[in-house]
Amino acid sequence: MAAQLGSLSLVERDDPGASIIEVMVGFARTLRHAGVPASQERLQAMIAALAHLDVTLAADAYWAGRVTLCSDPEDLERYDMAFALYFGAQRATEGRRIPPPSVARAAPFEPAGGDPHDERTSEQPKFAAQASRHELLRHKDVSALNPAERAQLKRLFALLAPRVSARRSHRYRSASRGRVDLAQSVRRLLRAGGEPSQLARRRRRTKPRRLVLLMDVSGSMTPYAEALLRFAHAATRAAPARTESFTLGTRLTRVTRELRLRDPDRALAAAARAVPDWSGGTRLGDTLKAFSDRWGQRGLARGAVVVLCSDGWERGDPTELGEQVRRLARLAHAVVWVNPHKGKDGFAPATGGMVAALPHIDSLVAGHSFAALEELVQVIADA
Amino acid sequence: MHPVKPELSDPTALAAALGDAGYLADIGLATAAYLGMKMHRPIFLEGDAGVGKTSLAQALADVTGTRLIRLQCYEGIDATQALYDWDFPRQVLHLRAAEAVGVTGTDAGRALEESLYDRRFLISRPILQALEEPGAVLLIDEIDRADDEFEAFLLEVLADNAVTIPEIGTIRAESPPLVVLTSNRTREVHDALKRRCLYHWVAHPEFEREVEILRRRLPEASEQLITEVATAVRRMREADLLKPPGVAESIDWTHALHLLGARTLDRERAAATLGAVLKYQEDSVRIRDTVLAELAG
Repeated sequence: MAAQLGSLSLVERDDPGASIIEVMVGFARTLRHAGVPASQERLQAMIAALAHLDVTLAADAYWAGRVTLCSDPEDLERYDMAFALYFGAQRATEGRRIPPPSVARAAPFEPAGGDPHDERTSEQPKFAAQASRHELLRHKDVSALNPAERAQLKRLFALLAPRVSARRSHRYRSASRGRVDLAQSVRRLLRAGGEPSQLARRRRRTKPRRLVLLMDVSGSMTPYAEALLRFAHAATRAAPARTESFTLGTRLTRVTRELRLRDPDRALAAAARAVPDWSGGTRLGDTLKAFSDRWGQRGLARGAVVVLCSDGWERGDPTELGEQVRRLARLAHAVVWVNPHKGKDGFAPATGGMVAALPHIDSLVAGHSFAALEELVQVIADA
Repeated sequence: MHPVKPELSDPTALAAALGDAGYLADIGLATAAYLGMKMHRPIFLEGDAGVGKTSLAQALADVTGTRLIRLQCYEGIDATQALYDWDFPRQVLHLRAAEAVGVTGTDAGRALEESLYDRRFLISRPILQALEEPGAVLLIDEIDRADDEFEAFLLEVLADNAVTIPEIGTIRAESPPLVVLTSNRTREVHDALKRRCLYHWVAHPEFEREVEILRRRLPEASEQLITEVATAVRRMREADLLKPPGVAESIDWTHALHLLGARTLDRERAAATLGAVLKYQEDSVRIRDTVLAELAG
């Protein structure tokens, strides 16, 4: 696209040096609004890069910016757009800023703090009564909670700490038994002046597996979305580097970064802003395919414990969903399906998608209540 | 300074030089490489497998007339494999030899101890080699396969272009190596590392460029075969496959077809050699029914 722009009119002003820097600072600001994290440090790199190139050529400016300001394939499209807007129409619309991508959508959750009922119910708490209320709350379907109960349950989520089973890694640690560690043994020998001393031994280290959470946020799953996201936040808090979260709807959205925020409510609000397709339709097969294509097959799902939270309502072709779950099962160490409807009486996996996926999953758990999510913690640990 | 030859005065000249070395780079990639040389920053290349990330490093070494030093990353890689290690057997031999001639006295003993950590017992691994060799091209391949601890270590070396060995001291590069990092995005590389680098996403080449690449790599293959392979591969990339073929695959495929004596792409030979270009059974089935079905029998 840079080639179409021909030459830039950056250096027509009186003080070319200053004006270039001004223009680039403005451009970096535009980029940040467009969602590319063009930091000060990167901007300096761009200006340094331009010093080696011909600033009057659009192509040179384009590439100098692209290799220094971008750091992710997802940045590239935004960069192209911002570049075209900023330099293409710079004269006509000088000073105009590209509006930030619309993020005005409210988080679909109850605000923190909550309901006046909360005060009344917690007045004069009798310990036993409270304990049994807690127990009831733990087993109650989260879709049937009133705001007060919801606020109470929120605190319980802080107690969850999903841990994933470990696998043997290729790194070693010294150990008292195990294979002989040649390098370490020789080091000891040298230290002892050449006298053979005790042999050093080593063993493989273990490394926790990655946990990948795929959460259906389509319309039929809306009542459970908050609980599942809170679960994902608890998992992320327990192992930030080894937990990856995605939402599935009409499209795939990665919310890992948002959920790394420490405060659960802020993390959830950030995740809610990042997801463009709350309560929309489901194309589960297609979005799963997008996940495997873009993330799973490249390594994210390999050897990982993948937790798929969905009711299995598939608008598309159920056979495609079955095929995609099969592919996921081949990549992952274990696939756990969380279906909130499993907790209801008389549940049979009858939705088309569920039936197609069932042969390929390792376990099916309910996840409709807090107690069921605690059970999920155990299933993940044992996977 | 890098031995940037006088004729490599801008990205276009570098692209031309890379072309002479058998690597056809588009202007974006050439600009990234040119800036990497001029700014002494590592070049961070991402892209699908087989688009030519690794071969760029080789071509850059050819152009600058230096050696390519390659460090293949894998899980569990650590400093002894990336940086340096001591040659333990030789150290022990040295000790035994000294004992045999009979070294006595504390001074001699101390001298012997020091001589054990002499430079000749140090084995340079790729990163140290690259720091010691002026203007070398250092390829750190598939950084995403290494653990994140290794990234932190790498960051330290790249920032200073120097390595400290406790027994010897600091070894600093006279002229920093040109570093090319590649990643297949199996995991996200830490921002701190990326920030230090020039980032470039290597895309699949356009049709004309792919034809040109095939022509250069396989001058013996027929012109019609090359054009038809490039057309078929382009259609495969549009077909939403599990693993879309890269340039490496189209070169392999053309080579395989040429070895079977094909002058054009016919259905029978294409089906027989499909394994050179597609790596998943599901993909092969789909392409056999669509792209191959339209070929002349």
